[in-house]
Amino acid sequence: MTLTAHTSDVSASQNMAAPNQGTGNNFKSNRPLPPISGFRTTVASLVKDIRLEWRSKDAINSMLFFSLLVVVVFSFSFDPTAQESRRIAGGLIWVAFLFAAIVALNQTWAREMRNQVLDAYRVSPAPANSLFLSKAIGNFLFVLLLEAVMTPLFIMFYQLRALGPAWQLVPIAVLGTWAIVINGTFFASISLRTRSREIMLPLLLFPISIPALLAMVEGTTSILSGELTARFWIALLLAYDVVFTMASLLLFETVLHAE
Amino acid sequence: MKRLFPLFAILTAALLSFALYESLIVAPVDQLQGNVYRILYYHASSAWTAFILFGINFVASVVYLVRRNEKADVLAFVTAEVGVVFCTVVLVTGPLWARPVWGIWWTWDWRLTSTFVLWLIYVSYLLLRRFSSSGQTPVLAAALAVFGALDIPLVYFSIWFFRTQHPQPVIGDGGYMDPGMLHVLLLNWLAFSCLAFMVCWSRYNLEVLKRELEEAQALESLLETGGAR
Amino acid sequence: MNYLYTAYAAVWIIHIIYLSSLARRYGRLRDEIKSLGKK
Repeated sequence: MTLTAHTSDVSASQNMAAPNQGTGNNFKSNRPLPPISGFRTTVASLVKDIRLEWRSKDAINSMLFFSLLVVVVFSFSFDPTAQESRRIAGGLIWVAFLFAAIVALNQTWAREMRNQVLDAYRVSPAPANSLFLSKAIGNFLFVLLLEAVMTPLFIMFYQLRALGPAWQLVPIAVLGTWAIVINGTFFASISLRTRSREIMLPLLLFPISIPALLAMVEGTTSILSGELTARFWIALLLAYDVVFTMASLLLFETVLHAE
Repeated sequence: MKRLFPLFAILTAALLSFALYESLIVAPVDQLQGNVYRILYYHASSAWTAFILFGINFVASVVYLVRRNEKADVLAFVTAEVGVVFCTVVLVTGPLWARPVWGIWWTWDWRLTSTFVLWLIYVSYLLLRRFSSSGQTPVLAAALAVFGALDIPLVYFSIWFFRTQHPQPVIGDGGYMDPGMLHVLLLNWLAFSCLAFMVCWSRYNLEVLKRELEEAQALESLLETGGAR
Repeated sequence: MNYLYTAYAAVWIIHIIYLSSLARRYGRLRDEIKSLGKK
């Protein structure tokens, strides 16, 4: 059973294979295996994902290019003066990031389908939730990176300047990205088992994430225009994150082992 | 059970026609809106029925996740499908009522918007059931149903806040209702709940039959390939 | 007043479409069961 046939990385493969030693017969040692730590599995899997992404840069490149295209295309649909873009930018930015995040989310599990890595994970005694968390954190980091690169471009192209307290954009970005990513990772694991899986993910994800998207868009717009407070939207995002993180962690194992 | 079905169907039909008579002729005319307000009887009762069906869907999904009972899965599927039909009725009658009363077909009022989002969530549930193959479907669908049900309070709360924060065309809520009207509304609700129950019943039987047939076909093909060898 | 009748008609049209689609599916299923029984 090869867990990491698609990566040539030795240290990652050792880390990943560790949970599986119990199932292989070629290990002669009679020493009792150390209990599998969920935290170590999470870190090992996360490091593996980041390293894979670092080598190929598939997801991050396509996400960057996609959101760049959105910037250009939307600039034709309205007149990007400072006044006008202040009203629209909130929606524009988050829709661009949401669509771009779909690219990364679709890749998360599809990558593990090759060489039956996911099946290997199913039979291994490693806790399912640590795998899920590593995937979610990985996607979270990718999307945050995308946002960090794209935000200056948005500000430049659309002449954005916040009239409200700009620091509040940080909690909105962090909580909102987590909201998209936690549900997206979960639904990607669902849409994986369907026909035409790439189409299925947005169909499942968008309706459920409407409250989060609304909170992100409205929070950003109210900060940019400085007319209303964004406190409520940040609290809503927090509630959304808590509810769906709990739900995902509760249900992921069931979904992973569904047959 | 089989013999009870026609009896129940006749009862439902009678109840529906009586409710129709009551709502079109017996119920008093509204002072402000005139006769058009009678859409309420179909609109509101369908909405309540749809909400009940989605509630049953949630409970059945949880039961399925805990007990792995196939009946619960069929029930969840059936109530979601019939619930979407009733929710469609609400979304179609809504604009038809809004046009003469408010002068517009659609407004992004919080109640309209959240009902629309509710419809979208359950349509995506049905799409998942449709596109998913194999025996994993019930678990995946049940997980999605739980997510959708958790989402509904957030949807309502966020859209309510969003729409009350911004100035909107004021839409009369009408907290008071004439007892004569309320009576007719409850009658309609009862009639539509009976209709929903009946439709769910037949859809349930259809789904069970379909699954049995699929099983038999799978067995058949298995036997055929076994015999050919 | 026209809107009222349109709305009522629309409700029944939706229900009848759904019910007839159920009936069609049921008929197709029955045919398949018959063809399976013949084998």
